[in-house]
Amino acid sequence: MTVESDSAATRTRAVPTGPAIVVDGLTKRFGQRTAFADVTFSVDYGEVFGFLGPNGAGKTTTVRTLGTLLAPSAGTATVAGLPLTEANGVAIRSRIAVMPEQPGLYLRLSVAENLDFFAGLYELDDRRGRIERALRAVNLLDRADDPCRSLSKGLRQRVGLARALLSDPQILFLDEPTSGLDPLAARDVHDLVDGLRRRGVTIFLTTHRLAEAEALCDRVGIMNTTLRTIGRPDELRERLFAKTLQVATAAPLADPDRVLVGLPGVEGWHASEQGYVLAVTDPDLAAPAVARAVIGAGADLLALTPSRHSLEDVYLQLIDEDVEAQAR
Amino acid sequence: MTTDQKLSWTRIRALVRKEVNDFRRNRFIATTMAVLPLLFMIEPVISVFKLPADAPAGKLDALVGVSTLELMLIPALIPAVVASYAVVGEREQGTLEPVLTTPIRPAEFLLGKALAAFLPTVVIAYVMYGVFLGAVGLFAHPNIAHDIFEPSRVLTQLLFTPVVAGWAIWAAIAISTRTSDVRVAQQLGSLASLPPVAVIALIGFDVIQPSVGLAVGLGAGLLVIDLIAWRLVAAMFHRERLVTGARA
Ligand SMILES: Nc1ncnc2c1ncn2[C@@H]1O[C@H](COP(=O)(O)OP(=O)(O)OP(=O)(O)O)[C@@H](O)[C@H]1O
Ligand SMILES: [Mg+2]
Repeated sequence: MTVESDSAATRTRAVPTGPAIVVDGLTKRFGQRTAFADVTFSVDYGEVFGFLGPNGAGKTTTVRTLGTLLAPSAGTATVAGLPLTEANGVAIRSRIAVMPEQPGLYLRLSVAENLDFFAGLYELDDRRGRIERALRAVNLLDRADDPCRSLSKGLRQRVGLARALLSDPQILFLDEPTSGLDPLAARDVHDLVDGLRRRGVTIFLTTHRLAEAEALCDRVGIMNTTLRTIGRPDELRERLFAKTLQVATAAPLADPDRVLVGLPGVEGWHASEQGYVLAVTDPDLAAPAVARAVIGAGADLLALTPSRHSLEDVYLQLIDEDVEAQAR
Repeated sequence: MTTDQKLSWTRIRALVRKEVNDFRRNRFIATTMAVLPLLFMIEPVISVFKLPADAPAGKLDALVGVSTLELMLIPALIPAVVASYAVVGEREQGTLEPVLTTPIRPAEFLLGKALAAFLPTVVIAYVMYGVFLGAVGLFAHPNIAHDIFEPSRVLTQLLFTPVVAGWAIWAAIAISTRTSDVRVAQQLGSLASLPPVAVIALIGFDVIQPSVGLAVGLGAGLLVIDLIAWRLVAAMFHRERLVTGARA
């Protein structure tokens, strides 16, 4: 998928100042059930923010609340520069676009008719031009006159995306834009999001796919009713996991303490199946020193690997903590 | 209520256009709009033709009453079927949520839905009435035709058609915002559309003496009720409940 690069699509949007979204202590309850509680974060303009969490974590409810579909039970928020209040609903909605979990297309209408309806609801000018650009952005121009009923799930998702792009929103909310898509179709969506990011569009994206969040998002928040953590994917990894260096040797060292303790950047060690796991402050500093020391001690060094934790590890770690806490 | 801001006719027009496009391709609605009015028009035409020219006055009155009534069922029942879809239908298709994330206001949404049902209904009802009058004028016995063409009757029919449609539409939309099933909405909507028809029945059967003044007065009264109904339904329109599907 390509994102428009002609002058109309890339026209300098008046980049608004201040954060795009500010959420402070936001809470939503449905009767006794708490969908999310005391959530606080902010998203800057131009940022792609990923919202991760297991089923029922409150992701969709958060999107609906920020999209003015639901009224918060407590807390405050600012969306696209406007306080989230009922009176600001129309103004907020004209600055944002939301792609819900289900694209929600009129199946009897054609792709173009669906988009035209929404262009009218946003009171847009140059509707034809906008529809054409949006469809080109999602590679669907050739299906413009097909009834939506005849489209596959992935294509319908793309129509939903095109619809969200029509109004050139300041903030784009995408609720699981790749759920149920095959890897190829998902990659198309990734490319599109990436292109939008380069255009400076602010994107709030919920997802289950951690690799997706890792690849696309500047920052992520991990949510499980409360916001468990927030930060850049690499930051989160560092914050949650001690850095380690795995040392594999052909035979056990005669006196590991003498070889490993006191090396620069090394804080401690323990034996593992393949050899030794060292706790390090900085793998780049420790690795060369460890290599020299091991070889200097006359051992055969097989491998020296710094720990690699993915965002998935971070996620599973946090959610497991929650599961354990609940079990207690 | 925050419905007092200016309404956007661009949005309302977009909604009406979408609805009409959708109706045309919805087999159930298209069939209803085509068949139901024909039934309610053909039946009275046949009864008028079957009536002997020297039929006693009582019998003639009864026939005229029934005819008026059947023709009035057109503006009462079409909206019940069509407008009942308005909110529940969108919800069932999953289209309500994306629509409500656009800047549209409840009053605009409802007015668009109502107009989309109103315009075809009134056109169809007038056409059917016109065909009925034409058939009577051309082929019925002059005595019978005289009674049917009586100005106060014609005026009643013409005035009441839109206001009855309006009533039926608001009743159906109100029900549609509150139920979670299209079929239930249609059944309740049909029932709710009938009270004004009952009033017209009383006029048709000469229980209430038809007169121009009465027709205008009742018509104006119903019109006011229609306007109040719009505001009431707009106030009932609760975004959150509609999105989550929770009952009131
Ligand atoms: N309308 C509602 N009424 C009552 N409870 C609700 C309603 N909507 C959501 N909830 C509850 O709020 C919680 C959060 O739901 P939500 O749909 O926001 O989760 P999610 O993170 O989007 O999950 P998923 O990954 O499955 O989409 C769940 O416990 C859900 O059952
Ligand atoms: Mg969800």
